[in-house]
Amino acid sequence: MQRHRTRAAILSTIFMGLGQIYNRQFIKGLIFLAIEAVSVYYFIGNLGRAIWGITSLGDAASHFEKVKGISKLVPGDHSIYILIQSLITLLVLIVILMAWYLNIKDAYKIGVECEAGLQSNTFKQTIRYILDYKFAQSFLILPSIGILFFTVMPIFFMIMLAFTNYAAPNHLPPAKLVDWVGFETFRNLLVLKTWSHTFYGVLTWTIIWAVLSTVTTYFGGLLVALLVSQRGIRFKGMWRVILIVPYAVPQLISLLLMRNLFNGQFGPINQYLRYFGMGGLPWLTDPFWAKVTVIVVNMWVGIPVSMLLIMGVLTTIPRDMYEAAEVDGATAYQKFRIVTLPMILFSTAPTLIMQFAGNINNFNAIFLLTGGNPVNGDYQYAGSTDLLVTWLYKLTLDQNKNNMASAIGIIIFLIIASFSLYNYRRTKSFKEEDMIQ
Amino acid sequence: MSGRKIGNFVRLTASYIVLIALSIAALYPAVWILMASFRPGKSLYSKTLIPEQFTLAHYTELFTSPVYMFGTWYANTFKIALFSMLIGVVLTLLTSYAVSRFRFRARKTALSVVLILGMFPGFMSMIAIYLLLKEFNLLDTHIALILVYASGAPLMGTFIAKGYLDTIPRSLDEAARIDGASNFGIFTRVILPLSRPMITYMALTQFVGPWVDFIFARLILRTKENWTVAVGMWDMVNTITNSNFTLFSAGAVMISVPIMILFAFLQRLLVDGLTAGASKG
Repeated sequence: MQRHRTRAAILSTIFMGLGQIYNRQFIKGLIFLAIEAVSVYYFIGNLGRAIWGITSLGDAASHFEKVKGISKLVPGDHSIYILIQSLITLLVLIVILMAWYLNIKDAYKIGVECEAGLQSNTFKQTIRYILDYKFAQSFLILPSIGILFFTVMPIFFMIMLAFTNYAAPNHLPPAKLVDWVGFETFRNLLVLKTWSHTFYGVLTWTIIWAVLSTVTTYFGGLLVALLVSQRGIRFKGMWRVILIVPYAVPQLISLLLMRNLFNGQFGPINQYLRYFGMGGLPWLTDPFWAKVTVIVVNMWVGIPVSMLLIMGVLTTIPRDMYEAAEVDGATAYQKFRIVTLPMILFSTAPTLIMQFAGNINNFNAIFLLTGGNPVNGDYQYAGSTDLLVTWLYKLTLDQNKNNMASAIGIIIFLIIASFSLYNYRRTKSFKEEDMIQ
Repeated sequence: MSGRKIGNFVRLTASYIVLIALSIAALYPAVWILMASFRPGKSLYSKTLIPEQFTLAHYTELFTSPVYMFGTWYANTFKIALFSMLIGVVLTLLTSYAVSRFRFRARKTALSVVLILGMFPGFMSMIAIYLLLKEFNLLDTHIALILVYASGAPLMGTFIAKGYLDTIPRSLDEAARIDGASNFGIFTRVILPLSRPMITYMALTQFVGPWVDFIFARLILRTKENWTVAVGMWDMVNTITNSNFTLFSAGAVMISVPIMILFAFLQRLLVDGLTAGASKG
């Protein structure tokens, strides 16, 4: 009796769908057959090339050849195109292998049912079964495909780039080939003097920036929220709406605008300073003042969000806690320190950590405001206010140092991932999510 | 008693003064750019905040000048924003419904994967996406941009949406199931109507994205007729701000106004959205 299931599974292993047909599930079998046929056709054309491509990254670059005495450009292998084509083929292969595995498992399972003498499901019943019991998985297929091709594939690609020498000026296709170099890029970035000096400098500023910008916006937001929700303040709604305006203006606009407001020569801020008899400040052109400016402007952009959030929390603090404190004779300050602050910190801690992680990657604030400038002569293609992210952007788009940029991207990811995972594991919503209801 | 009253008075007065100062700081840049957009001439410099005479010339120039195809950009952006919003919201809802309501084997893994993928710097994938789109001949098309935005949506929105869906009592699903509803029926008849605030929030944030993203848009859209407003503005800043600041202001106002109106509707939902994913318990 064991033999039916084994035979079904083996048939499916040999060619997708055969096992299903053997199990007398014809429509399902034919669908699997069709999938296998299409994919075999596809892989015959592509798989060999993909494996050759991903190992060698191309054999010959574009070069000139003498044809009948006239030199002619012969198009060669474009390593980067080859890499991405190979990657796409391999991803498709993984998807097909998963389908293959499912198909074998399915044939085996139905085979077991057949041996037990059960009537195998008709096609209609199969569809019903999927909708009732495999609903979540089938629902997730569509988003997964999108994520696979537009997020996972690019990430793999970038990770691979970090291990190649794809960089200007010596390894730019199509004129030159790109090769695998192992960890050399990372070694250069972390140890080689010219790069490591920039890397550690930018990294230090990134961390300073992330700490300062998170702290200033969070506590700024806290102060403003407390100010507005004080007892006796009138028109609370109006203040709230006014103070939220900076958040409602798109960052693209507000930061570009700030760049003009802080313009050293014509900007209105220096204009006012001069009007009051003070000299203008080099807001965006001096390394130190540029750093001050980005932090101040970021406060303007970021405080409203924290304010909104904290106001939301303030309304949830039970009144009786304050009453109890009053009965015990607490002063206003003590009430704040013992009741308000812990309650706020407790419920906003996850957001705070996420804001910190977000600020490490705060591309807009730096790029739109200063563009990373003023230029720092000691740095490799980075300015005094550049964060790792904006440096990465410059290295990719302006300098074509793609391998270096990818290595930096991986490092940024490691930093952020450790914060977020710690945060995520900590929150109760992950640990006890089934206990909410 | 009177000492306390005086103390109170001082406290309130000081608070009002600080509040007024903060309000000026919050509003000033917005007012300034609005005023600049009505100011005749081109320069960034102005003697007074409120211009001596008002003009609409910059707005008409934006829409009529052959150099700035602002009308076309506006239409492009609207189209892209609308479609990426529709597709993105559907994808996010599918994902969050599946992970919120069903317990299947790879569920925790799927959640962690979504979380981790969301942490990669977005433009680390820029080159790869550029090459991928080139492979499929999609460069310089709006479909490409819609695909990129929409497929990114579940990464950003799933956790917030899941947090919200988790708060919808599961007894409602069970009641519907007893009445014979299928999984799909539960989704459309129970979950969707109840999560309308969440959907509004997601739709609006998704809609706003294309109006302000200049990084991907600039990479993908090469010809001027295909640009979105954000790319147009970015280009304007890089080429002409110093010489024609007032025109930039007019463009900025044209982008900001619709978004600010959306935000006015969004205000309440915003707080819910911000807290839903974060501070559950």
